[in-house]
Amino acid sequence: MQKSLHIDPGKCTGCLQCETACSLEKENLFNPAKSRIKVFSFHDEGRFVPYTCTQCDEAWCLQACPVDAIVINAETGSKDVLEDVCVGCKVCTIACPFGTINYNTSSGKVNKCDLCGGDPACVDACPTDAITYIDANATGMDRMRAWASKTDNATK
Amino acid sequence: MAWTRKVLRVNLTSGTVSNEPLNMQWANDYLGQRGLATRYLVEEIDPACDALGPDNKLIFATGPLTGTSASTGGRYSVICKSPLTQAVACSNSGGFFGAELKFAGYDMVIFEGKAASPMYLNIEDDKVELRSADALWGQSVWAADKILRSSHQDPQAKIACVGRSAEEGCLYAAVVNDLHRAAGRSGVGTVMASKNLKAIVCRGTKGVGNVADPKAFMAATKAGKAVLAENAVTGQGLPTYGTQVLMNVINEVGALPTRNMREVQFEGANDVGGEAMHEPRKSDGKPNLTTNGACFSCTIACGRISTIDRTHFSVKDKPEYWINSGGLEYEAAWALGPDTGVDDIDALTYANFLCNEDGMDPISFGSTLAAAMEMFEMGVITTEHTGGMELKFGSAEALCWAAEVTAKGEGFGKDLGLGSKRLCEKYGQPQLSMTVKGQEFPAYDPRGIQGIGLAYATSNRGACHLRGYTIASEILGIPEKTDPLESAGKAGLVKAFQDATAAVDSAGLCVFTTFAWTMDDIAPQVDAACEGDWSPERMMEVGERIWNMERQFNEKSGLTGADDTLPQRLLGEGANSGPAAGKVNELDKMLPEYYEARGWSADGVVTAETQQKFGLPG
Repeated sequence: MQKSLHIDPGKCTGCLQCETACSLEKENLFNPAKSRIKVFSFHDEGRFVPYTCTQCDEAWCLQACPVDAIVINAETGSKDVLEDVCVGCKVCTIACPFGTINYNTSSGKVNKCDLCGGDPACVDACPTDAITYIDANATGMDRMRAWASKTDNATK
Repeated sequence: MAWTRKVLRVNLTSGTVSNEPLNMQWANDYLGQRGLATRYLVEEIDPACDALGPDNKLIFATGPLTGTSASTGGRYSVICKSPLTQAVACSNSGGFFGAELKFAGYDMVIFEGKAASPMYLNIEDDKVELRSADALWGQSVWAADKILRSSHQDPQAKIACVGRSAEEGCLYAAVVNDLHRAAGRSGVGTVMASKNLKAIVCRGTKGVGNVADPKAFMAATKAGKAVLAENAVTGQGLPTYGTQVLMNVINEVGALPTRNMREVQFEGANDVGGEAMHEPRKSDGKPNLTTNGACFSCTIACGRISTIDRTHFSVKDKPEYWINSGGLEYEAAWALGPDTGVDDIDALTYANFLCNEDGMDPISFGSTLAAAMEMFEMGVITTEHTGGMELKFGSAEALCWAAEVTAKGEGFGKDLGLGSKRLCEKYGQPQLSMTVKGQEFPAYDPRGIQGIGLAYATSNRGACHLRGYTIASEILGIPEKTDPLESAGKAGLVKAFQDATAAVDSAGLCVFTTFAWTMDDIAPQVDAACEGDWSPERMMEVGERIWNMERQFNEKSGLTGADDTLPQRLLGEGANSGPAAGKVNELDKMLPEYYEARGWSADGVVTAETQQKFGLPG
């Protein structure tokens, strides 16, 4: 069963535990500046939104890469950057409509979420279950359940 | 190692910036943040100096756990001599600024001297420079933040800033970071403005690495997070209601100071407490509270994100306030509400927004206004002084107006900016100032909660709940329940809380974790992060060392045991209602026992023996 990251911004408190976990996993540092997942704080609206790669099926970053440095992980479905192939041209960062693949000034390569090979560190770190890793075919299950409970008169 | 081992020194007089290695001997003795920065302050300034003169220094300090994934590991403190109390000032803040400073590679920044004209410090990792703040001076924190974000074009930058109240000399001005988190107490913002320093803009991309034992650190911090999640206070009460969970609880035990502490229970408590923030309002059906928000790395997330009712008189013609921002925490809600007798939650939220917007400590502001209201009722302060405003207890209009004029330092706002002690002295009523060492009380009446009275009287920064939060034991039963009306045994309790808190602060953690964590939960996290052996016993020893060092700073500043006291109202006038009716605070019974437990002389002086025991600088 393929899984995908599922984000519920309504549960996010903006603590950045996901960012420190991601940077520790990937860079061996607590360093949100190098995190592959980013929480945006919309101050005036009072909202926090975690944001990362959705692993598009037809991945534009992968299509755009001139040196085939982005490959599909058959097991998880993630699109992974091969660091030793990447030449740091940044064309993928232009191709990605969501901005979730980024250049890393320390390495001279691009970084993106690779689902940590199937065990995402951000999911484990999130204290409110705002980020979960669930069946890719039924990411709407929670929302369906919530609406079902509202529309089912038999439970009232 | 967790420490970056680097200190940034900024001389505002000469306009120079330099780096130096962190004194690791001191780091081993004082851990970080509060303790370590105070050690630097003791070394570098004369405690008798003018707090608002160029000889005072201003230190922004992180702890070894700041910037890590330890829950609440994002805190920093601002340390200097206080212009409000003449004692050591150490104000702690959350948000994201502290972690960013660490990510840029610094354990602390020491500001010295005074700039010839307004400046701000820009930090981008190793690139650090002073820049002109001419365009920022005269602007609120919120306005300055907008200007800086626009000119830097960096949405990720973190900003700490002072507002107009600080520029105008309000003695309880705060340093505000991330728009609504504040190093709030004792006038640290006033000191920053006195140096012509408007803001620090920080961007750090280096991160925090090389914790001593990464595997043990992840295990210890994970275990700590589980304890916080499972605890009723940190896992449920605080995320749902914030610190406002306390409003009704404290009112019921008869320790909610009301109308300048004349009374101990407020009839409107229910209208301004944590539950009320969840109630849908009539105008738009939305509650005051939008959501809860966390500071960096915090898995509790007690922060309130709120709106003001757009139809409320305070904002109906001001769309700039129709936004979400930092909402009411318990202490602020109390000072702006019960202490002024105002039960209008939108007025409180508006005043709280203004305290954030222009960097004022809401506790000191509300308490000072309460004293002014009492003097207005007595006829000592009149509409001639205020320019027409009737400063009546319970007046939401008066509260909103007072916040506006104090924020800008206009008219009677200048008087309110003096703080309660100086205001009451100015109008010839010093007995009406509800302060210790010149700093206003927080939200617990020490007649109904005896131990907190001793904690207020002996706090090294003047009246304060965060120097020894005995409420945890006396009201909430953490770690064990003690009778709030009983003064016996409280000396030891106060000392234990004071020492533990000094250690928690110095680690870079939030004291709210201690609703769930004991030192047995905290020490393993510090031990795994830092070199050396950090047992719970060593943490407590470090805490006690810090406490004694702060006390000695205050002694040299001119404070004595005679300053370890409470206003006559709390020592001589019995509580007027509730479980504590008729009771006064029994400070005279607790204080001698406390001095003895501390190893101080009968008149409260740190003895040579105690000084030697802790290896204090003296």
